[in-house]
Amino acid sequence: MKIVVCAKQVPDTTEVKLDPKTNTLIRDGVPSIINPDDKAGIEAALQLKEKCPGSTVTVVSMGPPQADVALREALAMGCDDAVLVSDRAFGGADTWATSSTIAAAIKKLDFDVIITGRQAIDGDTAQVGPQIAEHLGIPQVSYVEDLNVEGEDTLIVQRQFEDRHQIIEVKTPCLITALAELADPRYMTVHGAFDAYREKEVKVWGLADLEDTIDQANIGLKGSPTRVKKSFTKQAKGAGTILKDLSADEAVASIVGKLQEKHII
Amino acid sequence: MVEFKLTKEQLLAQQMFKDFAETEIKPIARDMDETEEFSMDLLEKMKKFGIMGIPYSKEYGGEGADVLTYTLCMEEMSKVDASTGITISVHTSLCCSCINDFASEEQKQKFLRPLVDGSKVGCFGLTEPGAGTDASGVKTSAVLDGDHYVLNGQKVFTTNSGFADTFIIFAMTDKSAGTRGMSAFIVDRNTPGLEVSKNIPRMGIRAASNCEVALVDVRVPKENVIAGEGKGYKIAMSALAGGRIGIGAQSVGIAQGALDEAIKYVKERKQFGKPISKFQNTQFLIAELQVKIDAARLMVWRAAKAKDDHENYAPLAASCKLFASDVAVEVTRAAVQLLGGYGYSREYPVERMYRDAKITEIYEGTSEAMKMIVGGGLLR
Repeated sequence: MKIVVCAKQVPDTTEVKLDPKTNTLIRDGVPSIINPDDKAGIEAALQLKEKCPGSTVTVVSMGPPQADVALREALAMGCDDAVLVSDRAFGGADTWATSSTIAAAIKKLDFDVIITGRQAIDGDTAQVGPQIAEHLGIPQVSYVEDLNVEGEDTLIVQRQFEDRHQIIEVKTPCLITALAELADPRYMTVHGAFDAYREKEVKVWGLADLEDTIDQANIGLKGSPTRVKKSFTKQAKGAGTILKDLSADEAVASIVGKLQEKHII
Repeated sequence: MVEFKLTKEQLLAQQMFKDFAETEIKPIARDMDETEEFSMDLLEKMKKFGIMGIPYSKEYGGEGADVLTYTLCMEEMSKVDASTGITISVHTSLCCSCINDFASEEQKQKFLRPLVDGSKVGCFGLTEPGAGTDASGVKTSAVLDGDHYVLNGQKVFTTNSGFADTFIIFAMTDKSAGTRGMSAFIVDRNTPGLEVSKNIPRMGIRAASNCEVALVDVRVPKENVIAGEGKGYKIAMSALAGGRIGIGAQSVGIAQGALDEAIKYVKERKQFGKPISKFQNTQFLIAELQVKIDAARLMVWRAAKAKDDHENYAPLAASCKLFASDVAVEVTRAAVQLLGGYGYSREYPVERMYRDAKITEIYEGTSEAMKMIVGGGLLR
């Protein structure tokens, strides 16, 4: 099985501090990490490889040259090949331009399964994975928390929703987007860290390398239809209230009362 | 001077060591100290991710990295738990190096491979009740009987012996020949007559396994002697010289771990209306301690690089251990002081670090023995 994993290098938001004056993120000196959902995707890919002998895992990232180290980490975890899609022409891309560019790179690779993380902790859009599937015209399953292989070309995947799970059978080639729960990422090994530089290679593909698969109208800042109006920090949801020791009628009355109190109904 | 930077490979491996130490060791370090028991679950994970074979060749199943990378591992592990540090160190620097540096090809395939590929754990039995700094006082005897040597004697403070699979035991094959009568034996744990007693209660590194080992008519095949009869003392001294680089790195780790805790604390702790980090006394002290740690680290790296380059590293290893162990004791003592009453309480890790630091001035050669090596070299 040919497995392609997409991974993004992101600032480690657990280490980010807010500038108390401007209320913006201080990114200077913040370490970069592999986006957690993507790292779970890498682990899932490596487990899939172990289940299906003869498989290969290729990790693909789009980013500046510094993203090389994230790909080396993926190689040190056990990925076979790495491609860094990097060119000044790709800069300033929104999710549409990013997915167009990554899809153009993946078209040059053999693949049965593409695994992306659900979303990146620096943007939280959850759009790039599904868009790649659309560009490639293959089925997609998002929010995957469990993954199994059946036969040679079928995956059984479990999707997570807030209130339920969904189990789906999907034929390859396909794309899945991984939740962090899908797999607990392994550590690099020591020899893996050395091999990542000495035995393995990170291929760098720029615009010129993708000329035959890319639509230049859909890349970089110019190819990005998104305009950011406002950025804000997510507000945490309050804790829920549990009503105990009430009969069904009393519970209904209590809930309706609370909803009326808040002018929801 | 070539450069003062770690390579990309070393930086990536260092990141792995940090992740592993923070995630796998830090949460259990206090419990392991309290219960005086090393986690076998942790040991299995260390074996799985290549932590037990770092500076050894892939040819024998090792990780194919270098001594400098091994010191990075020792520092990161010891930052959160010195007991984990010494467990790795005795296995790697003492046990494995005796076989790697002196054993025959056949012995390496048979005994080194399982030690460095993560299958087995090793220990090193030199010290005896009557043989410490003066290792020539070893009384354990080895008498040839057919195809076997018969070992009898008593080893003490044998780190890792509680769970080690492979023991390097030093014994006298010729008591009349002094240190030239000492030989090194590779002994399997399950050999009849090898008895490991309970953990010896200690002030620090309490999670490490450190027991007495009794040898009563232990029959060891002739082919398990390393480098032939009479080479034991030389092998032991060589292993200890290399081991001191690891202890230097462990000392740096203990010191940096304690200082990091202190820095975090002084920024949060308020007295007299402001964080104590705002007082110049705190700032000056933190600066002095960090400078000493940096100096110690550079000395450790210098010794490690010399060993990697096959240069005469032994005096550099002795220097780095002498200095770094002193720094570890000074920094941990100051860290407890900076945390005050909380530093003294077992709710914070610095009291453990203070207790752990002391041993670095004692094992694998006391500070006095290090001065004998460094001073002896200068006054020759």
